[in-house]
Amino acid sequence: MPEIKVTPLGAGQDVGRSCILVTIGGKNIMLDCGMHMGYNDDRRFPDFSYITDGPLTDYLDCIIISHFHLDHCGALPYMTEMVGYNGPIYMTQPTKALCPVLLEDMRKVAVERKGETNFFTSVMIKDCMKKVVTVTLHETLQVDSDLEIKAYYAGHVLGAAMFHIRVGSQSLVYTGDYNMTPDRHLGAAWIDKCRPDLLISESTYATTIRDSKRCRERDFLKKVHDAVDRGGKVLIPVFALGRVQELCILLDTYWDRMNLKVPIYFTMGLAETANKYYRMFITWTNQKIRRTFVHRNMFDFKHIKPFDKSYMDNPGPMVVFATPGMLHAGLSLAIFKKWASNANNMVIMPGYCVQGTVGHKILNGAKKIDFENRTSVEVNLTVEYMSFSAHADAKGIMQLIRHCEPKNVMLVHGENAKMEFLKQKIMQEFNINCYKPGNGETSIIPVSIDLDVEVSLPLLKHTMALPTSSSSSSSSSSSSSSSSSSSRGNNTEENRTKKQKVLHGVLIMKNNNLRIVGVNEAWGDLGVTAHNLRFTERIEVDETGPVPALTSALHTLLSQKLGSSQVQAVNEFQLSVADSVFINIQDDEPGKTILLSWTHQDEGLGSKLLDIIKSNYKKS
Amino acid sequence: MKLYCLSGHPNKPCNVVTFKSVTLMLDCGLDMSSVSHFLPLPLVASHRLGSLSTWVPRDADSQLEGELRECMSRIFIDSPPEIGPPTSGLVDFAEVDAILVSNYLSMLALPFITNGTGFKGVVLMTEPTMQVGRIFMEELVEYIERTPKARHAYRWKHYLRSLPQPLCDVKGPKTWQQAYSLKDINSALSHVQIVAYNEKIDICGALKVTAVSSGFCLGSCNWLISSDHEKLAYLSGSSTLTTHPRPIDQTSLKNADVLIMTALNHTPMFNPDSMLGEFCVAVAQTVRSGGNALVPCYPSGVVYDLFECLSNHLDNLGLSLIPMYFVSPMAESSLAYSNIFSEWLSSSKQGKVYNMDDPFPHAHLTRTGRLKPFKSLHAEGFSSEYRQPCIVFCGHPSLRFGDAVHFIEMWGNNPQNAVLFTEPEFDFAEALAPFQPLAMRPVYCPIDTSLNFTQARKLISELKPGKLVVPEMYLRPPPSAPHRTDLTLNLEETPLTYSECQVLDLGIHRRLESVKLAPGLALALNLSNIRPGLSTATISAGLHVQDNKYVLKPLEDEDTISKLPNSYPYGNLSVDDLVQRLAQAGLTDARVEELPGVCIITLENEDVIIKISDASTHIICSNTKLREKLRDILLECLSSF
Repeated sequence: MPEIKVTPLGAGQDVGRSCILVTIGGKNIMLDCGMHMGYNDDRRFPDFSYITDGPLTDYLDCIIISHFHLDHCGALPYMTEMVGYNGPIYMTQPTKALCPVLLEDMRKVAVERKGETNFFTSVMIKDCMKKVVTVTLHETLQVDSDLEIKAYYAGHVLGAAMFHIRVGSQSLVYTGDYNMTPDRHLGAAWIDKCRPDLLISESTYATTIRDSKRCRERDFLKKVHDAVDRGGKVLIPVFALGRVQELCILLDTYWDRMNLKVPIYFTMGLAETANKYYRMFITWTNQKIRRTFVHRNMFDFKHIKPFDKSYMDNPGPMVVFATPGMLHAGLSLAIFKKWASNANNMVIMPGYCVQGTVGHKILNGAKKIDFENRTSVEVNLTVEYMSFSAHADAKGIMQLIRHCEPKNVMLVHGENAKMEFLKQKIMQEFNINCYKPGNGETSIIPVSIDLDVEVSLPLLKHTMALPTSSSSSSSSSSSSSSSSSSSRGNNTEENRTKKQKVLHGVLIMKNNNLRIVGVNEAWGDLGVTAHNLRFTERIEVDETGPVPALTSALHTLLSQKLGSSQVQAVNEFQLSVADSVFINIQDDEPGKTILLSWTHQDEGLGSKLLDIIKSNYKKS
Repeated sequence: MKLYCLSGHPNKPCNVVTFKSVTLMLDCGLDMSSVSHFLPLPLVASHRLGSLSTWVPRDADSQLEGELRECMSRIFIDSPPEIGPPTSGLVDFAEVDAILVSNYLSMLALPFITNGTGFKGVVLMTEPTMQVGRIFMEELVEYIERTPKARHAYRWKHYLRSLPQPLCDVKGPKTWQQAYSLKDINSALSHVQIVAYNEKIDICGALKVTAVSSGFCLGSCNWLISSDHEKLAYLSGSSTLTTHPRPIDQTSLKNADVLIMTALNHTPMFNPDSMLGEFCVAVAQTVRSGGNALVPCYPSGVVYDLFECLSNHLDNLGLSLIPMYFVSPMAESSLAYSNIFSEWLSSSKQGKVYNMDDPFPHAHLTRTGRLKPFKSLHAEGFSSEYRQPCIVFCGHPSLRFGDAVHFIEMWGNNPQNAVLFTEPEFDFAEALAPFQPLAMRPVYCPIDTSLNFTQARKLISELKPGKLVVPEMYLRPPPSAPHRTDLTLNLEETPLTYSECQVLDLGIHRRLESVKLAPGLALALNLSNIRPGLSTATISAGLHVQDNKYVLKPLEDEDTISKLPNSYPYGNLSVDDLVQRLAQAGLTDARVEELPGVCIITLENEDVIIKISDASTHIICSNTKLREKLRDILLECLSSF
């Protein structure tokens, strides 16, 4: 029995550092190559030495990156340039454009701010990106003669994709991170009914059914509006790519509708870069943006202006989007220090914060934050948390499973306890196996395969032209009176086998190539001579009339039983059935003899005719 | 496999192929050559056109009055222009399962096929083809609708033989139709299903079709149509030159059973590279001497390359300040779309997005105001921006409608101005005929990047198709250059050819179909070895069909199985062996009679005769039980599978 082997090197019962090793049909594939944002030591990168003792390039057939978030691609330059891998890396075009931007930004923080050594360099990022092959959505890309991959739209962030991977008749789908509901700038994930052997799905929100998006947005807008109304300043720490575009569109349209004049700023640099990319990759955004972009580009914001450091001290209300998102460094932290003590102000954390960051502390209710340089700040401003992450919730995950009909499901990129709950639910609702291996743990998923054979067209056409077989008809056809009632009684039985035709032929296996041909076609292919077997059975009957009368009576009888097209009169004393069984009637005073003649191949028809004739013309 | 040709113009292809009970339409190009017989539609009433004398044939009645007008002894029809849709009647469009569109130039007849014909299929094309195709169609509609004509002339069609040349030679003017409307476009495009390059699309479960890059224009493709055993390649509008689109994918087209090749170069006697050079030189010359340059063009395509090359050329000559106007209702859309389709562009253009640059330099030219898009002459801001000398890119290349009509009228009497014909589709003398006499300088520099005959021959020799199918026209030199036998597709092996309204049997006969074998069935098979590497087994199985896909599963019905032979004997029978086995079974009264070529065994007591000859045995008896016993004994004596 063939099998698919899956080992998470990251994201096994854990959120972060997605890196999943898959073996399918003899091909080894790495799905994502992420880093862990919560660690600063070796644990931040996957343990590549686990994969093989030899060079990675020899072992892996390809790497697939689902999207540009660092927990999915952050370890890529480390792996390709420092560990060493020269094989192909597949990702979408926006991912290829944005990935190096984020990697470079992270590198700067690690090396220039934190002073880390032994980190990958800018040149390494560039060299790594040279190994990337871009894939277009829905294109079937042939990695080699056996392995093909196909990308589907995943929502989540710009350029995010799910991947369908196929080797021969085995296949799996890896979702990366995805979102099943469209938002203001991206569409919903979509996949066709591809029926993979295995679906590897993220499960960040395995147990959450998120409240309606509209409510969350209204809540967010109300909080911001209230804060600026009372003259407060609102700080929204964000990461440069992803949710910030969503929030900018949200706020920009709201400002427009409400005719608000309070300034909104976002910090220069990365976010601006990102917006430019969003404009170029309009085809990856949602329907509405694509439809209107010629006249109104959603990423050309009307109310949102670039931020300058000096604005921090400006009097009066304002809203500022500033990086980074967890208040751990940079401008967002600088602004926070300035504004934190004023109770009129507000900070809204729109995403998850890792332990140890200022963001994490204030979300846990810290009232005073101490800094390294022995300064500290009172936290008097309002702290709000509002999740705008674009992941599928439990309902969305179930929806995806329903949609692509996998034979097995594997959950990754989630918390263990929550995954367990969802796993039970999946197994119950779909009656399929569900796996959730931990990091370094291997799941083996057995797959059944259908064999492909080639059938000769004459045989196939002949078979399709046959009357449909059903269990009841052949056994009850001996008497006409009972056949109608029994076929009615066996209606369900007939429905079950409704589409079945009986194919009879010869299967030939030549150099592992399977072919089915009709019996008569087979001899030439096999190079042997058939031994023709013919049977003639004599049936003596009591009929006294002339021979042609019996011939014609038999003709009528058999036409009724088999259909008139099957029976042909050859002459006054000969009939042929289906061009293969012959009936001869001889005068044998005082009765008649019926000679029924058929070949071994037509045994079925021959014995059926024998039954019919015998039961209708019994010799007393 | 059959091919139905619905278009007489190889560059406006429309063919239908039937295969495996699927009906596919390959492209639906719109032949617009008819418009050259109509008078231009000026934006504002033109005194000159209005005062052209009417023309009536001698034997015609007075009803023709006003339908025809004469300009410099050429007769033109004074009516909204009409166009020739693909032939109807040869194929019922309601039966078409899918229309495969190769590029935006080959879809302009779509509303004539999909609307009001009972069409229920899908129209497959790439996203750029759809968006740019819509731009082309909407521009056409806008041009014609914004200059309405009160009267629609049609009576002239009844007097063809009384008309002078070239009008008397037009083909099937009664099938010509007026242009469609915006509503028609929307309804036609509602059938569109977007495909990516190399996406395998299933058609009715019977075939897979795949679009592969053709290198000709934004999103253009060739099509592969394949069943499990046969492969048909349809090549239409392809280019092996390096321009802005993604390069042609030749590998996928290799080793097809049939290759249909159409839409080769319109103007094979002109080299597109040198024409581009001449174009730049001519424009520069014109503006330097104070003249204006008019470039009639389509809203997308080679015009992007013109922007790029011309602006570079002008920069080098220090003429960077000469303004370029791009006037079309769709100018803005065209420029915007071109820069978001980077995935469909050449790798050098695509590479620019990784450096945050727009793929096309015209994005930069528009931002800096060197290239200014306007919806029309009347659009807000045009009159205030308008400076001379200038370069105007505008439609329509036929010079029968669009802003180009106005510019010709306005600039026509000044010999310093030039009109430059780059679109290969329309003959420039024809295009200019209703404007004569003209002082403006015509420059003919057609730029067609699609395959010329030499490139096509080279490609064919690389692709090695089983059969090649081309329009009949390609075996003869073009009518304009009858002595140029090099401008034909002369190949060692004469290809199959087709011409308009012809049905061609492509001679592909299927022999095999793929079927899945359920694992349970495979395990139950009892293979016997005939010789090393060849084994075989008799198989009886249930054939299940769903969506044209076949699966073989084990038969559950014991009764059916018992009636079917489970093995077949082969080779010759040893009579002695049979007699011995009969005796072992208690049939001891066998009498063997050797005759020439046949041996007869009689079992007197049982009323049985067995006739044995080379490779055949005939059992004659009158007892079913006994017959089955004899059969089994006989099979034991023979090799079988």
